[in-house]
Amino acid sequence: MQEVKQKAIELLQSGKVQRVLGWKTGEFFYDLTPAVFETVEEIKKDFVFSPFCGANLSKYLIAESRKEGKIAAFLKPCDSYSFVQLLKEHRIVRENVHVVGVQCNGMCDIEAIKAQGVKGVTAVRQEGETLVCETLYGEKSVPYAAALSERCKTCKSKKIVLFDELLGENGEDDPDCGRFDLVSKLEAMTAEERFAFWQQELSRCIRCNACRNVCPACSCEKCVFDNDTLGTANKAAANSFEEQNFHIIRAFHVAGRCTDCGECSRVCPQHIPLHLLNRKFIKDTNELYGEYQAGADLETRPPLVDFTQDDCEPSVVYTRGGNGK
Amino acid sequence: MQVNGEFKPKIVAFCCNWCSYAGADLAGNNRLNYPAEVKIIRIPCSCRLNPMFILRAFQRGADGVILCGCHPGDCHYTTGNYYARRRMTLLFSMLDYLGIERERTRVEWVSAAEGAKFAATMNDFVQTVTKLGENRRLEDLRCKK
Amino acid sequence: MKKLPITELDSFLKSLNMPVYLPSDDPSGQAKFTRWAEGVQLTQQLNTVRSAKDLFFPQMENLVDFKVQDQKIEIIEHRNVSENFVIFGVRACDAAAFEILDRVFLSDPVDGYYKERRDHALIVTMACSAPEETCFCTAFGIDAADPKGDVTAWKTEDSFFFRANTGKGEKLIAGLADGDESAVQAQQAQTREILSKLPNGKLDLTGFDGAHMMEKFNDSRWKELSEACLGCGTCTFVCPTCQCYDVREFNTGDTIQRFRCWDSCMYSDFTKMSAGQPRPTQLERFRQRFMHKLVYFPDNNDGVYGCVGCGRCLQKCPIHMNIVKVAKTIGGEGNG
Repeated sequence: MQEVKQKAIELLQSGKVQRVLGWKTGEFFYDLTPAVFETVEEIKKDFVFSPFCGANLSKYLIAESRKEGKIAAFLKPCDSYSFVQLLKEHRIVRENVHVVGVQCNGMCDIEAIKAQGVKGVTAVRQEGETLVCETLYGEKSVPYAAALSERCKTCKSKKIVLFDELLGENGEDDPDCGRFDLVSKLEAMTAEERFAFWQQELSRCIRCNACRNVCPACSCEKCVFDNDTLGTANKAAANSFEEQNFHIIRAFHVAGRCTDCGECSRVCPQHIPLHLLNRKFIKDTNELYGEYQAGADLETRPPLVDFTQDDCEPSVVYTRGGNGK
Repeated sequence: MQVNGEFKPKIVAFCCNWCSYAGADLAGNNRLNYPAEVKIIRIPCSCRLNPMFILRAFQRGADGVILCGCHPGDCHYTTGNYYARRRMTLLFSMLDYLGIERERTRVEWVSAAEGAKFAATMNDFVQTVTKLGENRRLEDLRCKK
Repeated sequence: MKKLPITELDSFLKSLNMPVYLPSDDPSGQAKFTRWAEGVQLTQQLNTVRSAKDLFFPQMENLVDFKVQDQKIEIIEHRNVSENFVIFGVRACDAAAFEILDRVFLSDPVDGYYKERRDHALIVTMACSAPEETCFCTAFGIDAADPKGDVTAWKTEDSFFFRANTGKGEKLIAGLADGDESAVQAQQAQTREILSKLPNGKLDLTGFDGAHMMEKFNDSRWKELSEACLGCGTCTFVCPTCQCYDVREFNTGDTIQRFRCWDSCMYSDFTKMSAGQPRPTQLERFRQRFMHKLVYFPDNNDGVYGCVGCGRCLQKCPIHMNIVKVAKTIGGEGNG
């Protein structure tokens, strides 16, 4: 992890970049904040790279790459997919970004640690496959695997798609990661069961918009849900319709562009499994229009801005998947 | 909507200006019957149908929403309906995934010459939705009378 | 002090004969204030994700309907008269937050909707026994081991202990058997020991006052603090003291419903006027939130901060920027 910090210092010192985008220490070991560093002193003091750097940095580059000077960005495999997708959509000025790929062994989630019954955690250290937590109530251990963020348990790829330099080894795609298992499980339910499942999940939504604002694919300058003149803005979910409407449209607007980075579910304060909506679209496009991974390359056309003359008809929905009604 | 104790569904039909709207016109000229519950909204191309239009129609009390456009290959704008086809497929699949009855939404290609097909399609769709009953899963209670 | 075996909680709540709201785990495992009915269990968790303010200041409520018929406009006001109800198991921080909300909603002009619910509520607080590292209520002089409210409750291994603080509270627990205080005192000593070790428990807030308003406002470090802010409303919506709302209208087809809903100063349309947005970038919006809680609010309210140290924003902010980091960055020397 020191290697990453060293690289940040080196890039800044050599004058290759003027700014560095990374993660900044917090009050605890887990509350790291994305930050732009401009001096070596700042980096020495606050820069950190640890298993708690879950935040995807790519979206910040939309604004940062348009500023003067060059910025170095440390991108994990997930972040690199988002980066390429944004590049493809001409949202990032490529010349102004120096991408340093960093490998990731799965990010940890403090809430996952706490779900193991560990309270008041003030520090952790890794001992082999175990995380030893210092807490207000003494030392507790949890298996490292249990501390992993939900999305990292079904990691689709450890490949850093695009980089100017790479720290460590590049990884591979994992087609057998099982990321669609839950979607399949839902598809196999009856419509009544699915309806009940989603009502229960979506009814917790507080319309904080964190899922939208963190999403690297949600990069519109003005969101349809913020538009007062259209009558589409609705700040509070007045009833279940508004919740359904918001989440269907949010997922639909990023369909074909969502790289499945899982940020939406990570940030949801109510733990709604929002990625299951996005994954449904990914699974559908894969099955109906051929395998497609958003952000995997700069050339292919995303499925929703493409077509073939013999695409299936929408009526295919009535007959495929699940046991339906 | 209940009329004399009988359920009459509200159907919103989005029709493309160039083919399906003309098809509806032809159905009328030929005195072909289709239920009065069908309310047509004309759009420039099937591709103009924003998925939010469909959801909003349900919010405002529709029990079924159907999109009619030119046959694939015959789009006035060459390719519009190809895109619409993909979008609607994914949207309908998502509605199904959320447990909303998939039979409430439909896409049908109706050319300007197919007045009979238009009437038959609407008759069939109204029948399907009548069987499903009132839209309960994607409703906004505020808009219920 | 009154005592009630844990196993008899249900029959006690039933005997109250009025609606009771208590924190209970929902199917996703998160604690949430839920209307009690047979089978609804008190959560084992420290606190709810959403604060207890929801019960007095709901996320959305209809204020008035305008029904248009022919040439006439009918005005239908929604002022439901509340019945008495009990909020059971409010933590010290959330209970302290009610006092902050009161300062806003009950000062002139009084908010009738809020007052109606507030007047009919009976608050049973629950002392904490296992604070989290994100807690920092002690920084605001709140004692989590001895919270306020009409009745204060302590939960030990097998019993609840109740102490009435008001006449209303007295009546509520009058029927219970007397209990011995020593178990409560032992628990309090233990809790206070933990409270004294809270990492942010001694947050130094000197300098956050009206006298230093412009100095704080013009601090150059707001830029770096707000840099990563996503502009979502998570912090404001989980906050027990955030009280901003928007009044909007919804057209149902034949009726205009005027409703109010929570608003967030983090949103781009917050306090937007015909002349435009007074806080054009996230920096100004971000600064507004913390200046309000740490400077403007105490300046207008006898030095009372608009924060109770519940730690929800520390847990829930997607990018982990929060009031503690702000206070430490631009605050007093005592934060080290």
